[in-house]
Amino acid sequence: MSINVIYILWLRQIKRYFRSKARIVGSLGQPLLFLLALGFGFGPIFQKAGQGNYIQFLTPGIIAMSILFTAIFSGIEIIWDRQFGFLKETLVAPVSRLEIMLGRTLGGATVATLQGVIVFVLSLFVGFHIYSLIALPFAFIFMFFMALLFTALGTAIASVLKDMQGFQLIMNFLIMPIFFLSGALFPLDGLPKVIEVIARCNPLSYGIDALRATLSGVAHFGLLNDSIFLFIGVAVLLFVGSFLFSKIEA
Amino acid sequence: MNIIEVKNLTKRFGDFVAVDNISFTVEKGEVFAFLGPNGAGKTTSIRMMTTLLAPSEGEIILNGINPQKDQAEARKSFGIVFQDPSVDEELTAYENMEFHGVLYKVPKDVRRKRIEELLKIVELWDRKNHLVKTFSGGMRRRLEIARGLLHHPQVLFLDEPTLGLDPQTRNHIWSYIMNLNSLEQITIFFTTHYMGEAESIATKVVIIDRGKIVATGTPAELMKKTSADTLEKAFLALTGTTIREEEAGAIDHLRMGRKMHHR
Ligand SMILES: Nc1ncnc2c1ncn2[C@@H]1O[C@H](COP(=O)(O)OP(=O)(O)O)[C@@H](O)[C@H]1O
Ligand SMILES: [Mg+2]
Repeated sequence: MSINVIYILWLRQIKRYFRSKARIVGSLGQPLLFLLALGFGFGPIFQKAGQGNYIQFLTPGIIAMSILFTAIFSGIEIIWDRQFGFLKETLVAPVSRLEIMLGRTLGGATVATLQGVIVFVLSLFVGFHIYSLIALPFAFIFMFFMALLFTALGTAIASVLKDMQGFQLIMNFLIMPIFFLSGALFPLDGLPKVIEVIARCNPLSYGIDALRATLSGVAHFGLLNDSIFLFIGVAVLLFVGSFLFSKIEA
Repeated sequence: MNIIEVKNLTKRFGDFVAVDNISFTVEKGEVFAFLGPNGAGKTTSIRMMTTLLAPSEGEIILNGINPQKDQAEARKSFGIVFQDPSVDEELTAYENMEFHGVLYKVPKDVRRKRIEELLKIVELWDRKNHLVKTFSGGMRRRLEIARGLLHHPQVLFLDEPTLGLDPQTRNHIWSYIMNLNSLEQITIFFTTHYMGEAESIATKVVIIDRGKIVATGTPAELMKKTSADTLEKAFLALTGTTIREEEAGAIDHLRMGRKMHHR
């Protein structure tokens, strides 16, 4: 394991992120729209149903959403690297596939976390308020773990897909369901059994729950459960991602 | 000592035989030209020697290592300049060099010195902090070559390195490479369509056509065999004068669509 190798791969992801200003701004549009439209649109009903302030409930879900999408896209970037030819350069180098996978994944996860932090800051202007300053650093740690998990998932997907053609399928049948069936937009109590079971198997549910616990002070599964499931999710996906990436061909 | 031994190497893509039972050896320190018309199977052979592609049949020994079985060890033995683009457009020229140097564990002080030296040779030093996406085709090509020369491996594969470059630049680059070859005994394995280049620097030539080896020898031997006074004439005598279409793969088409392709 070479720290320098992992560092330079990490740095590449960071540089590419900060250089594409359009991408940063563009990918803020969707979470902001969700926050404003859903937050203010469903706010009154949510309140009437006795669930409290909807912005307070929704914000962690929207932060998680932007982390989910940014992380998956960072992982998927491998496909672009293959099409632009750069993947060959890394694959013939005398470095292990694990180092390449780790460097990229840490870079992608850092970028996704930054994106989550930006959405968090924006939400403060929309009316979100954190319940505890002490819990705030833990929220950032959970964001990073979520980012790590989904970047690894993106890497795994990119290692299997040969080009972007299969991506629409992945988007509609994997990523969208992960988002919509995670409790990002609605509470998980009193749901039909099927949806509840799916939500319970969805790693994003635990990430969002952990964010609610640390940002808004409410939790469905509880922080301990959240931490355990997130940790297992990260471990499993890093393993699967590394395995699939080790089989990749330029 | 043979640094490369290729025995009965074959590569099939479906029913199509791209490389057809070829065998040859390269001695350490040799300047080996692997020549052939478009689609002959040169790049496919190089991809197999550099761990990027699994052979259908046959064996390769590179620096005593089987690149199929022991990929990690094999990768420590060679460097390569690819025929197709492989630089990161979103990084600067310098960053691309730095990235390569770190991946190949070139010590920092050596790295700094060589990056400057090489970028000056390919005349990109004053553009070192510009993003590669602002570069012309020729500039990108020069960067690819400079990057490939940053670490000093046992064997250096150069797949049509000088394609599209002007004669001055080609001369500079070749004299730098020949210097590396004589000072550090680095074996050079290259392909080119400029027969003059091969004639003046190659110590051994293998000519491949439609996946099969059609001739082996020094440039002088090949010219004598075909009673030609240049290697180009010998090459044409051995491979015929019909024009070969180069079939581009799906990925190549995509790159062409993105104006990334410059042949
Ligand atoms: N991945 C592939 N799938 C199918 N055919 C391929 C593939 N790669 C190369 N070929 C074919 O193999 C032949 C040899 O190609 P290549 O080795 O690139 O030739 P050269 O480098 O000598 O011009 C060509 O006809 C090419 O179309
Ligand atoms: Mg070729």
